[in-house]
Amino acid sequence: MDKFTTHTGIGTPLRVSNVDTDQIIPAVFLKRVTRTGFDDGLFASWRNDPAFVLNQEPYDRGSVLVAGSDFGTGSSREHAVWALMDYGFRVVISSRFGEIFKGNSSKAGLLAATVDQSDVELLWKKIESRPGLELTVDLHARTITAEDLVVPFSVDDYTRWRLLEGLDDIGLTLRHEEDITAYEAARPSHKPTTV
Amino acid sequence: MGRTLAEKVWDQHVVRQGEGDEPDLLYIDLHLVHEVTSPQAFDGLRLHGRKLRRPDLTIATEDHNVPTLDILKPIADEVSATQVATLRRNVEEFGVRLFPMGDANQGIVHMIGPEQGLTQPGTTVVCGDSHTSTHGAFGALAFGIGTSEVEHVMATQTLPLKPFRTMAIEIEGELRPGVTSKDVILKVISQIGTGGGAGYVLEYRGAAVRAMSMEARMTMCNMSIEAGGRAGMVAPDETTFAYLKGRPHAPQGAEWDAAVAAWRELRTDDDAVFDAVVHIDADSLTPFVTWGTNPGQGLPLGESVPDPATMDDDAAAATRKALDYMGLEPNTKLRDIAVDVVFLGSCTNARIEDFRAAADVLRGNRIADSVQMLVVPGSMAVKAQAEAEGLDQVFLDAGAEWRNAGCSMCLGMNPDQLAPGQRCASTSNRNFEGRQGKGGRTHLVSPLVAAATAVRGTLSSPEDLTPTVLTTA
Repeated sequence: MDKFTTHTGIGTPLRVSNVDTDQIIPAVFLKRVTRTGFDDGLFASWRNDPAFVLNQEPYDRGSVLVAGSDFGTGSSREHAVWALMDYGFRVVISSRFGEIFKGNSSKAGLLAATVDQSDVELLWKKIESRPGLELTVDLHARTITAEDLVVPFSVDDYTRWRLLEGLDDIGLTLRHEEDITAYEAARPSHKPTTV
Repeated sequence: MGRTLAEKVWDQHVVRQGEGDEPDLLYIDLHLVHEVTSPQAFDGLRLHGRKLRRPDLTIATEDHNVPTLDILKPIADEVSATQVATLRRNVEEFGVRLFPMGDANQGIVHMIGPEQGLTQPGTTVVCGDSHTSTHGAFGALAFGIGTSEVEHVMATQTLPLKPFRTMAIEIEGELRPGVTSKDVILKVISQIGTGGGAGYVLEYRGAAVRAMSMEARMTMCNMSIEAGGRAGMVAPDETTFAYLKGRPHAPQGAEWDAAVAAWRELRTDDDAVFDAVVHIDADSLTPFVTWGTNPGQGLPLGESVPDPATMDDDAAAATRKALDYMGLEPNTKLRDIAVDVVFLGSCTNARIEDFRAAADVLRGNRIADSVQMLVVPGSMAVKAQAEAEGLDQVFLDAGAEWRNAGCSMCLGMNPDQLAPGQRCASTSNRNFEGRQGKGGRTHLVSPLVAAATAVRGTLSSPEDLTPTVLTTA
């Protein structure tokens, strides 16, 4: 996973709440067996609409998505995170995320930044008053800067550390392999096996 | 202070307590695998030269992509076929047991665990699928994970996790005939919202829950994710033990006794404190259906489509957007909404009791000419059981289609999809835009409502049929 420290890019306002992962990428696009190439499925059912924000210059070149509340609810498909990243997004901002989506983001290197809804509204207004405005997201300081507007965001300390260091989760866990082996030795014998 | 059920199961699986900001490392007892969310995880193992640590705690099935017709022919959709073929290659290489298409045990991943007796009280169960919460009906801590976490579990049999908060859903009283656990969970979701359970494990408690069968409990736990919850749980009891006893992977002999003794400890202590409590009055519940495009947009069947004019700006905007997609006018009686398709299936409601209940409604009736009804068993075991009971003939006689097992029209990854604009009464779990096919419109309902709707052609409960059919499910 690449390190994430700060990112500067065009803000894309998505004024929709309850964007579930079926909207982010419909199931018919989940059939690939690779980890990339999902950008064509991103918001597929909305992409036909010329008024959709990703069909508008310069928002189509955005890399910081500013979304409504409850973004990424529903299905556990990590393809939703991959599709956003394949398209070019590095940061998604919302006042609340689906739990699994938030976890998936942290594993794949997409920053899911939680921002108060009132600050989301300020960001939307700022971006829409000057389309193409670049936002700077600073993970060290946990701030988002849009011209003179600076809003804080939250991300849990462990995720922040892993993103800053670009650390592989599995590698971290395998440092504790002896603990896993010890735990396994003490598991009750009535626990099921699949064989 | 006492511990809740979820906390007890958590405590028993901590491999290593996190220091400072670190998450705990939690051991995973059972990992369920299917073709959609696993290929990239297997690739990751190969890329890093890692082994799958515990094939004996891992099991795979083919469900999301599989056709429900002509299952013994090659899959016609090339990309779906590749995904299934990839799973077969991967399980072969990493030594994982698979229930492939055509196998008597094949079915939706959340059917397999309980049927095989693999889902047991006090276990931790994960799967790259959000409806893993289903298994919580046994007092397991069960939750959906993404593909990176699937790879993590394959490599380490653990997951790093921060403890969840706990929410009690107290369902007191007694459900009336014709009211099911599906109606209960739709009511819960409409009450707390699709984000209301975020960060929580939901524990369903109270007299109405104790009276439910295991299958009814599974339906309820299944949709915990639709309330935002990471998992749903029910404390194991005699109903649980009776369901498990004698299943292929359930403990036997002295092991069974030891297991039951341990399982009896798995209940929330009287002095335990939940982080949040929600109360539901079972006695007052009636059949519940959704009208909108998220599972929280539901109402009792006797009510009407909401009117945005009576709401504040934000709620009105969300409601207008949903009604626009659904093609509904405000204040229309829900019972007047005509459907094109009825789908009886999915990991929410495709178990034998669901089929018995729906068959009781359909027996001696014909589905409306305007309606196509798909009946898709959750597993081949359910299919075989239903056929042994003659239920397939009841569905066929009523004019419904009797299919093979799979996820089917719940998410339309296989050919079972709605056409744009088609309206469906579905026993599945998600009414998101396009979920059942691009432009398709979904109303979530119980199996009883699905069957009655198929007969009348509009959203209905068995009470609307003459002669009245009343069934307890």
